[in-house]
Amino acid sequence: MDLLNALVALTNFVIVPGLAYGSQLALGALGVTLIYGILRFSNFAHGDTMAFGAMLTILVTWGFQAMGITFGVLPTALLALPFGILGTIGLMLFTDRTVYRFYRQQKAKPVIFVMVSLGVMFMMNGLVRFIIGPGDQRFADGERFIIKARAFKEMTGLEEGLAIKTTQGITVITAVIVVALLFWFLNKTRTGKSMRAYSDNEDLALLSGINPERVVMYTWMIVAALATIAGVLYGLDKSFKPFTYFQLLLPIFAAAIVGGLGSPLGAIAGGFIIAFSEVTITYAWKKVLAYVLPDHLAPDGLVQLLSTDYKFAVSFAILIVVLLFKPTGLFKGKAV
Amino acid sequence: MKKLLMATAAAALTAGTAFADGHAKEVKLGVLFGFTGPIESLTPSMAQGAEMAMEEVTESGKLLDGAKVTPVRADTGCIDNGLATANAEKLLAEGVSGIIGGDCSGVTGAVLQNVALPNGMVMISPSASSPGLTSMEDNGLFFRTTPSDARQGEIMAEILKDRGVESIALTYTNNDYGKGLADSIQSAFEAAGGTVTIVTAHEDGKGDYSAEVGALASAGGDVLVVAGYLDQGGLGIIQGALDSGAFDTFGLPDGMIGESLPKNIGPDLDGSFGQIAGSDSKGAEIFAEMAKEVGFDGTSAYSSESYDAAALLLLAMQAANSTEPSDYVGKILDVANAPGEPINPGELGKALEILANGGEIDYQGATGVELIGPGESAGSYREIEVRDGKNETLRFR
Repeated sequence: MDLLNALVALTNFVIVPGLAYGSQLALGALGVTLIYGILRFSNFAHGDTMAFGAMLTILVTWGFQAMGITFGVLPTALLALPFGILGTIGLMLFTDRTVYRFYRQQKAKPVIFVMVSLGVMFMMNGLVRFIIGPGDQRFADGERFIIKARAFKEMTGLEEGLAIKTTQGITVITAVIVVALLFWFLNKTRTGKSMRAYSDNEDLALLSGINPERVVMYTWMIVAALATIAGVLYGLDKSFKPFTYFQLLLPIFAAAIVGGLGSPLGAIAGGFIIAFSEVTITYAWKKVLAYVLPDHLAPDGLVQLLSTDYKFAVSFAILIVVLLFKPTGLFKGKAV
Repeated sequence: MKKLLMATAAAALTAGTAFADGHAKEVKLGVLFGFTGPIESLTPSMAQGAEMAMEEVTESGKLLDGAKVTPVRADTGCIDNGLATANAEKLLAEGVSGIIGGDCSGVTGAVLQNVALPNGMVMISPSASSPGLTSMEDNGLFFRTTPSDARQGEIMAEILKDRGVESIALTYTNNDYGKGLADSIQSAFEAAGGTVTIVTAHEDGKGDYSAEVGALASAGGDVLVVAGYLDQGGLGIIQGALDSGAFDTFGLPDGMIGESLPKNIGPDLDGSFGQIAGSDSKGAEIFAEMAKEVGFDGTSAYSSESYDAAALLLLAMQAANSTEPSDYVGKILDVANAPGEPINPGELGKALEILANGGEIDYQGATGVELIGPGESAGSYREIEVRDGKNETLRFR
């Protein structure tokens, strides 16, 4: 019984939130890694692309809610998601036409692209705030919980509760579906293969008749979809606020680099590594140990490895260690 | 295109100077609040409070023979020292005669040290409550219409004890305000015989707080006290703690009191409690009425303190018959405290007249102003409980 309690406490406070947060980071990191792999620059505007996609989805969601359209127990935002993705694709293609294409034709160095993306980031930053404002927006509806902590306690008779939010469930499931689709697309379809070819060797791909502008276009479309999905899931699970999306850039890049920039598999692994390291290393094990250990051994202190103040230090320490010993990341991406 | 831009810019510039010339007798006051950042939902009402006092004075036409008072808004970002000092410099460049602000304790200290002190500018903050500001070197230039958090810690401990709370978990936003408040709550609560199971910081502006919630839940406690901001980490922590079933009741210090919190969290927040600076003086009611007429919420946090801050600056100028900070700074304590005719909100015109005739006033204002020690409010608090999604005032302490 005590062992079960310990397990439930651990699941409730570490595993469930870690999985959800990890999935959100993984989806974000996938977008970053695709751009890096195919277009060869670090896209600093990614956090704000997520914010833009989430914003469009929120606006459509509000429209649906006003018209009385809902998705039953699931959040209405899932219905609005395709519209958000379409709008974001539009914006991505527009920025590519007006901004990035110019520098591509100049054959600009990657660092110039990075600076350009920084500029795009500020533009989108302003655009999102201009349209929806800087404040918190709530748009989650439908059933909030799959299991509530109190209901779980009554059901099982355990002392510890387990809460799983609908949004956490949706996040993990959506992430699995999206990742499966992406891998199928990259490995099985003609376009996916040409994208990988372009990523491996640009000149060789050109020689074999791959149209670079098409590859670039598809990349932006996929990235727009990934960013919107990540942004909406994140907003559903926590809350939508432009500033937090901007801040998300750091853990997302950490995840992409730890996994290996340019490697989709690495991005996913990196997302979960960063998420779980933030949650576990700063977790206070007192409660869990009190259940597992016999009474006289139960700890008085919090048994916390590091104070939560250091949770960001943890992910960046991992980042530095990886860069020192394996500069290409865990899954052998491109050297940074 | 370039020429057009130049022409418009030039036109705007000349228009600007022409406008300024039209009001030769103009008193500019800086309104230096965090219009962006962690408390951006509170600052509009605060600025409106301050600007309402300025408008009242302008309309009375009695300040220094009919001077017009103009507010100049500037942003502190609440947590951005660089932005705040740069904007304070900008205010000085625009020729303000006094600054109402800053709002959050960290930036207020930074502006005081880097801008106000070297330039001899007077600052009255309506909301910076860190105990650290009490002892900070200020050459007598810094005042606040809000009490120090050392006092708030005692009040919070009192409320917790009265409600029979034996143990609390404590988390604070990682800045001067949060740290100072958390320290004072912890020491006051422990002195009163309570137990603090864990004290942990959280960063604002991050979306994910599962790590913090996990640690807090593991430490346990009857109530989780969140010394943070209602638009930021504080909201995320409460949401996370409720969702995971870690805590049901929350202790909410002043940074967490505002309309948006119960609105964002929903019915789960009912039963949580806290306190915010405020008094049961007649002024508070009058002020709320006046605010309603202008069209904003006068009971919003620190709105009335902002009105008082602006009023004190202007009354001191009148008493000194000068807009020079070095001239009027000595008069601020005189107009704020007894002896003299008590002045409520809406009576600024009367106060100006008394001062012009060489009389004395005791400014009460919207918060029952009484400045003690190095120029900070003595401090009465409203005890608040969230009921049916609203912040209800239970009583005054």
